[in-house]
Order: sequence, then structure tokens, then C-alpha cells
Amino acid sequence: MTTARIDARFAALKAQGRAGFVAYVMAGDPDAETALAILRGLPGAGADLIEVGFPFSDPMAEGPPVQRAAQRGLKAGMTLKGTLELIRRFREGDAETPVILMGYLNPLDTWGLEPFARAAAEAGVDGLIIVDCPPEEAGPLVAALEAADLSLIRLATPTTDDKRLPAVVKGTSGFVYYVSVAGVTGVKEADAAAVAPAVARVKAASGLPVAVGFGIKTPERAAEVARVADAVVVGSALVDEVAAGLEMNEDVTTRVLNKAAALAKGVRGAREGRKDGDG
Amino acid sequence: MNKPLPNDYSAWPDANGRFGEFGGRYVAETLMPLVLDLDAAYAAAKADEGFKAELGSLRTHYIGRPSALYFAERLTEVYGGAKIYLKREELNHTGSHKINNAVGQILLARRMGKTRIIAETGAGQHGVATATVCARFGLPCVVYMGATDVERQKPNVFRMNLLGAEVRPVTSGTATLKDAMNEAMRDWVTNVADTYYLIGTAAGPHPYPAMVRDFQAVIGQETKEQILAAEGRLPDAVVACIGGGSNAIGMFHPFLTDDGVRLIGVEAAGHGIETGAHAASLTGGRPGVLHGNRTYLLQSDDGQILDAHSISAGLDYPGIGPEHSFLHDVGRAEYISATDQEALAAFQQCAELEGIIPALEPAHALARLPEIAREVGKHGVVVLLMSGRGDKDVNAVAEHLGRRI
Repeated sequence: MTTARIDARFAALKAQGRAGFVAYVMAGDPDAETALAILRGLPGAGADLIEVGFPFSDPMAEGPPVQRAAQRGLKAGMTLKGTLELIRRFREGDAETPVILMGYLNPLDTWGLEPFARAAAEAGVDGLIIVDCPPEEAGPLVAALEAADLSLIRLATPTTDDKRLPAVVKGTSGFVYYVSVAGVTGVKEADAAAVAPAVARVKAASGLPVAVGFGIKTPERAAEVARVADAVVVGSALVDEVAAGLEMNEDVTTRVLNKAAALAKGVRGAREGRKDGDG
Repeated sequence: MNKPLPNDYSAWPDANGRFGEFGGRYVAETLMPLVLDLDAAYAAAKADEGFKAELGSLRTHYIGRPSALYFAERLTEVYGGAKIYLKREELNHTGSHKINNAVGQILLARRMGKTRIIAETGAGQHGVATATVCARFGLPCVVYMGATDVERQKPNVFRMNLLGAEVRPVTSGTATLKDAMNEAMRDWVTNVADTYYLIGTAAGPHPYPAMVRDFQAVIGQETKEQILAAEGRLPDAVVACIGGGSNAIGMFHPFLTDDGVRLIGVEAAGHGIETGAHAASLTGGRPGVLHGNRTYLLQSDDGQILDAHSISAGLDYPGIGPEHSFLHDVGRAEYISATDQEALAAFQQCAELEGIIPALEPAHALARLPEIAREVGKHGVVVLLMSGRGDKDVNAVAEHLGRRI
């Protein structure tokens, strides 16, 4: 059961009394080898879980940073198969860090859901987030993933009301991803005060840890969210480091890992000196 | 909703927005509650006599319906086959069929209490139609248009500005219609409380494909009555161009259960299907998921969406409405294609023979008309959907013909 890696990581975080830091990387950005170097460096920089995006030509829920990252990945020739190969190579040196694959349905659909799910499990993927596959359309994907012991991580959003929430989290495992703003990735800023009750609501409905993402760009904001969530996801701010590194002709891997370390520090230090009952 | 009978093609979609395996609601969770709200609001409006009366009145007095069904005597004579009729949607207010849908959806948006309208556009016809109804009802309007299309459809951009709409050029991706649609979806997901997304074609998440079809079905309904009055019989074939396919499905749908009527859709073959530079999703694509629905798409072996190509900005889209995918697979409708060059030739021929300058979109359907007319034969009747007028295209056509104007 590969979701064991996710469950073990959240149990460990709870024991440590802190939130986790989830770092997002776009496969193939700016090229396969650099993306692999970033992946390999992330646990050392403080990432507790890693989301690996696979590029899609039409990423409808992404803001400009991740759109550009996907374009760079595609330009470098990255594919869904290539993405699994990256993860397989990452797994050669890391058996602990959960890896969540994130993207859009069409590349999976093209591959075939069952053979894709088997290949993903073999490569060492633990779960998937498929942005354009809401519960209403998820039946075939869930069946394929479950057969390969993979988890489909569900998204809850500010528009997911109480009536709909149970259906959204039904039968899910691993954790729930709470999208903290109505919008695309990396544009609006998350409001930690508004996030707290939403996290509590999703947690109560799902009985699972809740990771919060979209609109978290700085260590300070990450720390605020880390006080109320089980994990904090940062994507756009990290892929923007790739863009900045390319633009300024600096080492991309170093820039991304430095940013990740700063964010991880914010998350890890968030609850120090506070009495916090809830992990 | 009852499960449709397998052979009743007019009864789709099912309650989940499926036309067979096509359609559905593949949207981000943030949009899912909105899409469900829209479904409920549309179902209520459809059943409401007040809504129907308001729509009917605007059709008559604002759009200018019914549009004429015109016997094209000279095309008939030149092709030497079936009698050819043109369903004159180009005579509608704003110059294309797009206004039928825009009027329907703006009434729905008002009923839902939405205060801001967004739309995507390719050739600009849907953008103009949306800007028009927004002006009419005093609602702010933002139209997303690929930067490439902004360049090749300048007159329509200016028309939208005159109507008070803001046109936002989209530079992401390939800067054409599909990217404009991505950008409109991004706007919608960001402005969930007040914004209504007025989709221009019979694609997108359910209920859009069914709703846009219903608003466009007035084309086929009128055609049916008019041809019965003129000829005392149904046509042997109806022919329409296909990009997303809203004009075609509006024409086809009322004829779905009339087995004797051939339904023929003409896709844009661009430089030729074999060159890969085309927009013929059914002829040259395979099923996948994009823009909220499962349908035929132009895509790579890795599932990346490919650039479409057509001389006509309105057909330049790598997907197609899901109901066409369904009608294609079950064999109820036939889908063929015409190249840029064939469309250009037909554009000129129609202007010269009938005194009607067609848009480049229906010029694709016109290009296949000679064969269809001859196939159907002397005693038959064919109706071609003239979905828009060509004023917007004169600059582009002049350029292709090497003329400076």
C-alpha cells in the first residue's frame, strides 16, 4: 500500500508537533537533469513531501508562473513518461519522501488509466492530484489508481460548500488539498485567518490531514498558514526561482533549493514557542 | 432525467452531461459548484414561460428572426444537382448565428443575478455578439481573444470596443482561440461570485454544450418549417461548417430523428489533413479531455494539445463540441473537410454567383456543396447553413489573393 509513505510522513509530523512543507517542482523545468537535481536536493532543503508537476499544454487552473514552467518543460521535451522516469531516479536515493504527481487528465487518458497507474506505482509515486478531474468524473481514475494502490488526492476549495464537501472527500486517502483562494495558482494571496476555519471544516469532514496551497509565496505567509494547517504547499514561488535563475544566468538548482530552505524554515518554526494541541 | 434510448439521438445528454462517452464536466473543483448552479438555473429558465417569452421577443425584434431560407438559383444551376437553399444566419443582427446564443445566455445571466460577463472569441463574431448583448443590458464585458486573432480580426476588435467591451489579448500558449478559452476559465475561477462565463460554442463543461445547442436549435427548427413551406418536404441533406460546431448542431439537432435527412459537417482542413496543419478534430484527431469536456481533439502522442490551423479564425480550434463527437461515432452525421484554398475559391464563387459574401467559416461548407448537390441529384433538396457574413474577412481574403486594399 503506497499511501503508507504519505500516512507515515503525516504521523511523523504530528509527533514532531509541526506542519509539513510541500514543495512543487515542474518536471523537465528547465530540463530533465536540473529538475532531477532539484528533486534530489529538496528533502535536504526541508521539503517533507514533494509535488511533481507534469507539463500540459493547456493548464487551465495555473497562473503565469506555472504556465511558464510547463512551457519550459514541454520545450525541453518532457512527457508524462519522462516525468515517471525522473521520479524513478529520485526514488533510487530516497525511499521516504512522499511524491505526489500533479497535473491534468488528458496525458493520463492518452496513456490509458490502468497502464499509467501501474507505471506510476512502479516509479515510486504515492498519490495524484488531477486538477480537471472532479469527483463527478473521477470514477474510472479512482478505480485504476486503487488497483495500483495509489491515492487520488482530492481538492477542496472556498466554493466547496458544506453540502458538497462530503462527496468531495468521500473515499479519499492520504490527505486533502485545500485550495486557499478562488483563483489560479500563484496570483491572489492566501488569507491565513480565512484558511483556519476552512481547514477545520475539511478535516472534520475527511478525517485526514489537510495541506493548504495556492497563493503562498513567502516564508512569513507560509509560517502563518503552518499554524493552522497540517502542511503548506508552495509552487509558483519555487518555479519563479527557475525563471529568475535562467534570466540572471545563475545556478537554477541552488536558487530553488535556497528558496525551499527559507520556506521550510518558516514552516518549521511556525509553532515554536506556541502551545499547540492540534497536529 | 430518463436514460435516453440508444437509438434516439435527440435525447442526449444524460443527467451527467454525457453524449454517449463524450461531454461531462471536467473542471477544477472551484468551478464545479458554479457549473452545477448553472445547470439548475438553466433547467429552471427553460421551463419558465416568462423566460421563453422574453427570448422570443428578442429573437423577433432584436436579432431579426426568423432568418430567411433562400433558394440559391444560380449555385443550383452551376452545380447541376439538387436544389440548393441557404439558411441566412448572416442576416442576423451582428452578422452571424452567434447572437442566438448570446441573447439566450445573457437572459440567463441576468436571472442568476450575475453582474459581469466574460467570453472567449476566435474570429471575433462571438465576442461581438457578447459585447452587443452586454451593451443592450448594461453589463460590463471582458472578451479574451488570442493575440494572433486580435491581429487578423482588427475590425471586430474595434467593433467590440465600440460596444463598450474590453478586449484582452491572450499571449499564453499559441495565442489563439483555445488559449483565449483557457484564459476565460482562469478569469471565471478567480471571480466566482459575480461573473458569468458566456461560452460561444457548443463545448465546455455541461450544461454548456446542451444549452448552446438549445439556443442555436432555432436555426434547424425554422429551417424545417421553411423548407416544408417551400418544397413540401424535408431536405435530403443539411450542410454546415464546424469549428466548435454550435451553428452545425443548431441546424442538425431538430433533424436528428428524421432518418432521411443527411447531416453533413465540414471541418477546416487548413493546408491539408496530411500536412498536419489543419483544424479537423474528427477527421484528424482522437478523443481526449480539454476545456471541461471529453471530445475529439488534435493532440500529440503524449496527450499535449496541438495547434490547429485554418484560414478561418472561427474554425481554428483543436477540439469540437462533444455532441458532434457522439454523432460522428454513432454514424448519424457525416464529417468531411475543406482546405483553406477550397474555402477561398468557394468564398469568391458565392460572392460572384449569389451576391452574398460569406464568412470564411461557411465558405468551407460551400466548398463541399458541388459534390453534395450532385450526389443528392436533380430532384433533391440541400440546405446550407450560411452562418455568417464575410465583411470581417475581406482584408484577410484580399491578402491571400495578393490584392492591396
